[in-house]
Amino acid sequence: MRRKTGEKVGILFIGAYHVWLRNALVFRKNIRVNLLPPFIEPLLYLGAIGFGIGAYITDIEGLPYVRFIAPAILAASVMNASFFECAYGTYVRMYYQKTFDALLATPITIHEVILGEIFWGATRGFISALSISIILLLLGLASPSGLLLALPLSFVAGLLFSGIAACFSAVSPSIDTISYPATLFIAPMFLFSGTFFPLHLLPWIVQILALLFLPLTHVVSLIRGLLTESTDLLWALNITWIVLGTIVFSVLAIRLFERRLIV
Amino acid sequence: MTMSDSPLPNRVIEATGLIKRYRELTAVNGITFSVTKGELFGFLGPNGAGKTTTMKMVQCVSPRSGGALKIFGEDPEFSGRSIRKRIGVVPQETNLDPDLSVFDNLVMYARFFDISKSDAEKRALSLLEFFELQAKKDTIIEKLSGGMKRRLLLARSLMNNPDLLILDEPTIGLDPQARHHIWEKLLKLRAEGHTIVLTTHYLDEAARLCDRLVIMDHGNILVEGSPDELVRTYIGMDIVETDNTDEVTRYLNLMDISFEIGGETIQIRTNKPRELADILMDKFQGIRVITRPGSLEDVFLMLTGRRIRE
Repeated sequence: MRRKTGEKVGILFIGAYHVWLRNALVFRKNIRVNLLPPFIEPLLYLGAIGFGIGAYITDIEGLPYVRFIAPAILAASVMNASFFECAYGTYVRMYYQKTFDALLATPITIHEVILGEIFWGATRGFISALSISIILLLLGLASPSGLLLALPLSFVAGLLFSGIAACFSAVSPSIDTISYPATLFIAPMFLFSGTFFPLHLLPWIVQILALLFLPLTHVVSLIRGLLTESTDLLWALNITWIVLGTIVFSVLAIRLFERRLIV
Repeated sequence: MTMSDSPLPNRVIEATGLIKRYRELTAVNGITFSVTKGELFGFLGPNGAGKTTTMKMVQCVSPRSGGALKIFGEDPEFSGRSIRKRIGVVPQETNLDPDLSVFDNLVMYARFFDISKSDAEKRALSLLEFFELQAKKDTIIEKLSGGMKRRLLLARSLMNNPDLLILDEPTIGLDPQARHHIWEKLLKLRAEGHTIVLTTHYLDEAARLCDRLVIMDHGNILVEGSPDELVRTYIGMDIVETDNTDEVTRYLNLMDISFEIGGETIQIRTNKPRELADILMDKFQGIRVITRPGSLEDVFLMLTGRRIRE
């Protein structure tokens, strides 16, 4: 029995890998356009907010402002890259390009399609994290060993944000309605997750809400710890939220797509 | 043909009382049919007849709501993956990868069947040659004409060397040249022994290609047979076509000749087309009279009516 389950999981991941491979091939075809934003965007944020506004700000928690926000910019880029890939990218592939229809006519199953999409979304997050890491390393804004640990963490965070995005994509009646989660969930999360100012400056009720409902809070907390070589009691909670969230949202996304597409 | 309990080895599809229900709609209402190895089998019917829904069930994409269905003797409910491995599908709507080249589309698709890259590349080259697309090997999909896209979809559906080929409206929206080209390739594939199932609402296409076909409407199969058989059984006679004017209809009613009105024309089934045509031409100056043998289109319109379908 156990052997059979193991076999099934193996097949599931091989199928998901083929879906991932398809997305990676398309990404490679447009690599120049695709690699521009992950390099330019963090430079803009670091320049304008870190060095610009940061010039008027004294140290935050013993750190120069630009070092304080560097980890947050990395975390937020992972979130944006993964979320937008699995919200808009997935929706386009499902609805406009009918890629899922083509895939489902092969031995690939809907579970493998969605799992492959989520892995691909996480890969986009990882690519963003990698390009920012290079910039931060060159500017000396982060601990090199911390960056090394932040990269695998970025992939896991990418899985989380991709899973969340896929859930929205699965229930969106049209591509326009994806802008609801983008502006009502992702945009506030970008600002209120301890990204540009420490979480404890907020009223305690908002802090609790952020810890409960804004997963970026947990990612920022972990990555900031790694890049500034400090630890925090919150880490246990951070890791638990990310791991559980990844599993719950991935499974939910698969179920929702199944309900939408297998009729 | 009788249904046996154990599937015959050369039965590719066997459906008994197959049903598909959506919430308030019964799209397929208990149909029974079978397709034998090497056959080119057609599903004909107006829009909304249930053809595509039936194809989706055969493809193991859409689960059935009732009845029995066996593909290669296996049940799609439990063996979907292994059945799909042996099926090639040409969908109604183009779903090629717009960002990839013609060649990459084929090779990437084969990967989903666990075909190795080198085998896929070899097969892609030979299929491009068969469908006369070698020159377009590195072209991006959006630069292809409608006919080329269809041929590429056909080539893609053959990448896994399928035992069953399913084509949903293979020539929809194509110009006559492109349609003939596709027909020629399909006949070649049939001659090679491929089992092919296609849906169409082009009657000339069905008459020309299909060994056997069913006509569907409102989720039911109305008739089944070879195109010739159906014309012989349901029309059996020649057709005289003439203009729909009051004098003609009055005369035909008077003479007790039954006829059918289709817009501007009147159609009369008769054993003596020549005589009837002569009489009509004598009696009514300047009207148009045509005699022709009955066709599949007459069977189709007779069975499904002339009302426009949305």
